[in-house]
Amino acid sequence: MIQSNMPALIIVTPMLVAPILVFVRHRIVARVLAIATAWWCFYLAVSMAGVAQDTPIAYDMGGWEAPLGIAYTVDAFSSLLLLIVSGIASVVLPFGPGSALLAIPEGKNNLFYASFLMCMAGLMGIAITGDLFNVFVFLEISSLASYTLIAMGKSRRALMAAFSYLVMGTIGGTFTLLGIGMVYQLTGTLNMADIAQRLPDVIDSPATRVALALIVVGGSIKLAVFPLHQWLPNAYTYAPSAVSAFLAATGTKVSYYVIVRGIFTLFGVSFVFGTLHLERLLVPLALLAMFVGSTAAIFQTDLKRLLAYSSIAQIGYMVLGLAMANQAGLTGGIVHLANHAVIKGGLFLVVACITYRMHTSKIDELGGLAQRMPLTAAAWLVGGLGMIGVPTTAGFISKWYLVMGAIDRGWYGIAFAILLSSLLAVVYVWRVVEVFYFREASDKSNLEAPADMLVPTWFLIAMTIVFGLYTPWSAGLASKAAALLLAAS
Amino acid sequence: MSLDQWHHIGSIALLCTGLYIVISRDNLVKKMMGLNIFQVAVIFFYVTMGKVTGGTAPIIPADAHGHEVLYSNPIPHVLMLTAIVVGVATTALGLSLIVRIQEAYGTAEEDEIVRLDLEEIG
Repeated sequence: MIQSNMPALIIVTPMLVAPILVFVRHRIVARVLAIATAWWCFYLAVSMAGVAQDTPIAYDMGGWEAPLGIAYTVDAFSSLLLLIVSGIASVVLPFGPGSALLAIPEGKNNLFYASFLMCMAGLMGIAITGDLFNVFVFLEISSLASYTLIAMGKSRRALMAAFSYLVMGTIGGTFTLLGIGMVYQLTGTLNMADIAQRLPDVIDSPATRVALALIVVGGSIKLAVFPLHQWLPNAYTYAPSAVSAFLAATGTKVSYYVIVRGIFTLFGVSFVFGTLHLERLLVPLALLAMFVGSTAAIFQTDLKRLLAYSSIAQIGYMVLGLAMANQAGLTGGIVHLANHAVIKGGLFLVVACITYRMHTSKIDELGGLAQRMPLTAAAWLVGGLGMIGVPTTAGFISKWYLVMGAIDRGWYGIAFAILLSSLLAVVYVWRVVEVFYFREASDKSNLEAPADMLVPTWFLIAMTIVFGLYTPWSAGLASKAAALLLAAS
Repeated sequence: MSLDQWHHIGSIALLCTGLYIVISRDNLVKKMMGLNIFQVAVIFFYVTMGKVTGGTAPIIPADAHGHEVLYSNPIPHVLMLTAIVVGVATTALGLSLIVRIQEAYGTAEEDEIVRLDLEEIG
């Protein structure tokens, strides 16, 4: 019973628990219920990934078959996304009593958990659905929930950050909706598999190009591809720390999924890269994102803002991977999606630990942190090494595939640019390490973060090493996903 | 450009109007209005898409008895019911954020808010 309905349960469970949570006023009950839901979803994601990585699971919602009903499909790519979203949620929700709750008035915690679960359900829904209109609906569910989550930040700027994100997000979502409408008009169906079959017949129509443009631009706004990234730094900086960790690790990743699905599954590589040469647009933007994002990160005075700009650079790597449109490059893009989720999620949790104890995330005020919070500072160091892409960390695996992809395409200059931009990451990571380790703290009393914050943080940080050494669940799944995407188009 | 595509022109005009308002206005409530017009443009696009020339409402009359009834495509309309709900939710959330912004800053003008934020940094 559970076995055969897993694709539905993973979406329906958090969606049903979220409204229940609105009525659960008890702080601990609400929390336990939310954590249990996230873990349950992670369990479902793991069980599905075991099957789906070799044979995609097809599921008809409510027993209605595909053209009439809504089909859910779980293949290697979607199961990777499901693993990331539910996995990061499972780690972030139990994280500490502090950071997530500090920003919210006492007694309203249940609403935080309700929004969190809705956001998670929306993000997983995008990854799992095989229906194009459903993508839009889930996109808006997750977006509405994430605006709410960001607005829960302590500073009043969180409100403005949430509002700007709402405006940008709605514009992006509406563009996507318009693109979906055109695809529907061209093909007469919303089922992705059917669209993929019928689009080649109308590939020469100008409407096809407009539809592709709308879907890619709409997705890029949500993904924060340079220069559409303006909403991201404020949103990540002023959101409650646990929310930043969750959204940075999952929100943009799912938009990446939408763009990749659109390009590879619906429109096809030969049209997008063969006829239209979209890579001529995407590659320069990706390179700009890598260099501008990293350079901006170097000059930030606030840790959270530094991580936000670094995210923009990392998104550049992912876009570069998809623009290569070959096995190694696409694998690199997709595996970086997983690795970056783990690394950035971990680093945002490190910052959450720091702000919980030090009440600031300004780099200058954190001199000698290693003497006061040794384990937290060490977590920054390890996560930072992962971000740079030092061998034996997860970041190295992604950059290895990306460089291989660039060489396969004969883009030697770009392979060099990937290495060069990693050096910029060395600068912004090391700048903070220097402040933490080589400055004297004015007060040396021990202020280490409590265990319930350290354990989730170190869990994610440890995963960056695990994914650097043991790759079947990251690079293995990503390479199967890439092979499937390239074979389909 | 033939005139039988006037509905496309109409929805694109609405789309641009909405987007222009979002970009050009400093008042957050006006921005929300622009965003609404922007969304309505797409709803308009979908609804006109479903129209079949000469088609009636997609309800099979009781006296049809197997006669072919020409009816408009109901699917885009149904899709738009969902999109309208999304639009209402977005507007509600946006407006409640504006209320909170007004409480926190004492203004709902974006340039004022940017100025207040800059002063705070010093």
